[in-house]
Amino acid sequence: QHRHLLELLKRTMVHGESNSALIIGPRGSGKTALLNHVLKDLREMKQVTENLLELFMKNPFLSGLLQTNDKVALKEITRQLQLENVVGDKVFGSFAENLAFLLEALRKGNRTSSCPILFVLDEFDLFVHHKNQTLLYNLFDISQSAQTPVTVIGLTCRQDILELLEKRVKSRFSHRQIYLMNSFDFKQYIKIFKTQLSLPAEFPDESFAQKWNNNVQHLSEDKTVQDVLQNLFHHTKDLRSLHLLLMLAVSAVTVHHPLLTAADLQEASRHHRTDSKANIVHGLSVLEICLIIAMKHLNDVYDGEPFNFQMVYNEFQKFIQRKAHSMYNFEKPVVMKAFEHLLQLELVKPLERPSVRAQREYLLMKLLLDSSQIMDALQVYPNCPTDVKQWAASSLSWL
Amino acid sequence: MPNLEHPAYPAADLLHLESLVPCRESQVSMLLSIFGERQQFSFPSIFIYGHTSSGKTYVMQTLLTTLQLPHVFVNCVEYFTSRLLLEEILIQLQSSSSDKEQTCPVHCDTLNDFVRLFKQAVASQELQDQTLYIVLDRAEQLREMEANILPAFLRLQELTDRNVTVVLLSEIVWELFRPNVGCFEPFTMYFPDYSIGHLQKILSQNHPPEYSADFYSAYINILLGVFYMVCRDLKELRHLAALNFAKYCEPVVRGEANERDTRKLWKNIEPHLKKAMQTVYLREISSSQWERLQHDGGEPGQLKGLSAHTHVELPYYSKFLLIAAYLASYNPVRTDKRFFLKHHGKIRKTNFMKKHEKTSNHLLGPKPFPLDRLLAILYSIVDNRVAPTANIFSQITSLVTLQLLSMVGQNDQLDGPRYKCTVSLDFIRAVAR
Repeated sequence: QHRHLLELLKRTMVHGESNSALIIGPRGSGKTALLNHVLKDLREMKQVTENLLELFMKNPFLSGLLQTNDKVALKEITRQLQLENVVGDKVFGSFAENLAFLLEALRKGNRTSSCPILFVLDEFDLFVHHKNQTLLYNLFDISQSAQTPVTVIGLTCRQDILELLEKRVKSRFSHRQIYLMNSFDFKQYIKIFKTQLSLPAEFPDESFAQKWNNNVQHLSEDKTVQDVLQNLFHHTKDLRSLHLLLMLAVSAVTVHHPLLTAADLQEASRHHRTDSKANIVHGLSVLEICLIIAMKHLNDVYDGEPFNFQMVYNEFQKFIQRKAHSMYNFEKPVVMKAFEHLLQLELVKPLERPSVRAQREYLLMKLLLDSSQIMDALQVYPNCPTDVKQWAASSLSWL
Repeated sequence: MPNLEHPAYPAADLLHLESLVPCRESQVSMLLSIFGERQQFSFPSIFIYGHTSSGKTYVMQTLLTTLQLPHVFVNCVEYFTSRLLLEEILIQLQSSSSDKEQTCPVHCDTLNDFVRLFKQAVASQELQDQTLYIVLDRAEQLREMEANILPAFLRLQELTDRNVTVVLLSEIVWELFRPNVGCFEPFTMYFPDYSIGHLQKILSQNHPPEYSADFYSAYINILLGVFYMVCRDLKELRHLAALNFAKYCEPVVRGEANERDTRKLWKNIEPHLKKAMQTVYLREISSSQWERLQHDGGEPGQLKGLSAHTHVELPYYSKFLLIAAYLASYNPVRTDKRFFLKHHGKIRKTNFMKKHEKTSNHLLGPKPFPLDRLLAILYSIVDNRVAPTANIFSQITSLVTLQLLSMVGQNDQLDGPRYKCTVSLDFIRAVAR
C-alpha cells in the first residue's frame, strides 16, 4: 500500500496529474502513519530530483474534527495557503467561486506553472455529513477538470464511506481505495512487540542499551509474557492498545527497577482489562446493592422487561420481611435516594426522558448490568452481609 | 517515611503531598509514574473514574498545585457549551503566563480557532516544553455538547502537535462515553472507593481541638455504624458528622457522663441519628433548621420537612375528589360495580383476569379514567347528595393546576376529558385523616 500511495503522489508532483484516493481502515491501523511516511519520502525525493521545475508542495492538513462546516473549512484552506491578504474583503457568491479564485491566485503567484496541491482530509466521514457536501463536490470537481493538479486524499475508518457520498460527488471521485487491515498473525505480533520495546542504536548509553535489548529478547520468549500478549491479540489486533499496554508497563521502570520484568507486563495487562462496571459496583453501599439484586430478580422473573422504582421497592420489601436479619427496614424516601444515586451513576437508565406528567416512581427503566457481572462483583464486595449474598444466589420463587 | 518517590520532583514536595492526600498513595504514585519528568510526553488523554467524592478532583488539584506543574482546570458543568469551555481554557492559559498583562478578551467559536489560538498561547509562555495538563472535571457533560468536542480533546496532542495531556474526570464508566465510530482510546484509571477503615481515618482527621481524638473516633464509629449501610459518600458523612457532634457532646457538657461512658452517649445519640436519617440526610430540612431544633430540644413531631409542605389544606369536596381519583386510577373498571353499588352481583373470574392478576396496578402506576367515572365514584363515596355544580368542576381544574391530578390526552377529545391521579398512597392516607 505504501508503494501505491507513493506512486500516486509522485504522479501528481511530476506529471501534473490530478488524482483522488481514499484510505480506509479501522481505528489504529496506521492510516495517518502511512501518510506521514509517504510524505516524508516524497520530500526527500524532491530534494533528490532537482532538475524538475520548481515545484512547491503545500499540504493543507484538514481534519474532519476541526472543520465542522464548509465555511470553516474554506477559511482554514485560505489560511494554510497563506492567501489571506489576497482574499481580503471579497465577497463570494458561491463556494465554487471562492475555491476557483484561490487556485487562480496560487497559479499566478508561482508564475511558471501551477503548483500541485495536496489536500489531506482526515476523518473523511465527518466531511460527508456537511450540508450538500459542497466542499467535497468542489474538491473532486477540480481534481477532475484539468486546471491545477490537485490530489485529494481522504482518511476514514468507515467501510461504507462510498454509500454516504452523494451521487454527483461519487461520480467525480476516482474510486481509488486503499485498504489497510491489520492482517498479521501472532508471530509477527511478537516481533512487533520486540521492535517497539527495543532501544534504537543511537541511544547514548551503549551498555545499558545492550542489557535492555537482551532483556527484551528474553521477555519475548517468556511464557507468561506470551500469554499476556496472546490475550491482547485475541481481543484487538490494533497496535494502539499494544502501545498503551507497553507504555503503562514501561512507566513502572525507575532507577531502582531498571529492567522490565514479566510481572510488570502482567500488572499492566490486569490494569488494562479490569471491568470498570464491576469496580463501580464495588463501591456501592449495601442498600444500593440490595436494590441491584432486586432488579436482577425482576429481570429474571420477567425476562428482561423494563421495571420501575415501585416494583423494585416491592421486591426489596419482600426480602426484608421474609429473610433479612441484618438489614434494617429503611423508609421509602431513603430507598428512593439510593435509587437516584444509581441513576446518577448510570447503572440504571430510563427508557425515555422523564416528563413532567409521569411520576418519578413509575418511570420505566432498565438495568445496564449483566447478572453474571453482578454475581462476580458480589464475590469481591467487602463486608457483604451473608443473607444479602444468599438472596442474590437464590431466586425467591413464589407467586 | 515517604512512599512516593520520584527523581524529577524534590522529596520535600512529595512528603507534603503525601500528607495532604491520605489513603490515596497508590493512585498518586501511579499518576506520578505516568506523568514522568516534566518534559516527557505522557499519554495524550487520561480518563479517571470513580464514585462520588472518592477524591478525584481533590487529588488532581493538590497534585498539580503542589508539584507546580502547568495546568488548566475547568469544570464542564460550569462551562456547559463548547464556546464557553474553549474560551475559558484559553483565558486560563493567558492568565497563568503573565499576571501583569491584562487578559485581552478571547473570541473562540470553534475547535479550529481553538487549536490555532492554543498553539499561539503555548508558544508565548515560557513552558520550555513542559507538559501542559488540561483537566476537565465532570466530563460526562462533554457528551451533551457538540459531537466533535470529545474526540477532539482525546486527540489534542496529535492535533496541536504540542506536549499537552488532557485529563478527564467523571463518575460514569468509559464504555458509556465512547462515540459510535470509535475514537482515540484514553488511558483509563480507577479511583477505588474508600473502605470503612479509610473513611474512619479521614473523618477522624477533622476532630475539633477541644476533645480528644479517641472520643471523636468513637463518635465516628457510631455514626458510621448507623449510616454506612445507606451511604458511603464522604461529603455527606462529613456533613452529618459536623451537624450531630454537638448533640453527641451534650451529656459530657452537661456533666452527666464523662468521655468514656459509651453506653450513655450511645443511648443519647441513637434516636437522634435515626431522626437525622429521615430529615437531614434526605435534605428535607436545612442544616440551620436542624441545629435550631437541637438547640431548642423541640419534639420530633413538630418537624415539618419539605415533603410535608405538600400536604396542602384542601377544601372538603376536593379531598373527596382526590380520593375518588385515586380509587379510579388504581382499581380496574370491573371492580367498580362490586365496590360501589349497594346491591352487587357476583363477579365471575374469567381466564382473562386470572392471567392478568399478576401485575398489580399499584406497581404499574395510575391509569387514566374518564370524567364520568370520577363523578360516579364521588357520588357513591360522599354521604349526602352532591349536585354537579360548576363548583365541583372548578375544583377538579384546580386539582389539575396543583398537579395532584394530571390531564391525559388532548384538550379537544370527543369523549370528554380524561385524568390520572398523581399522588401516592401515603399522601391519600394523610389527606383522608
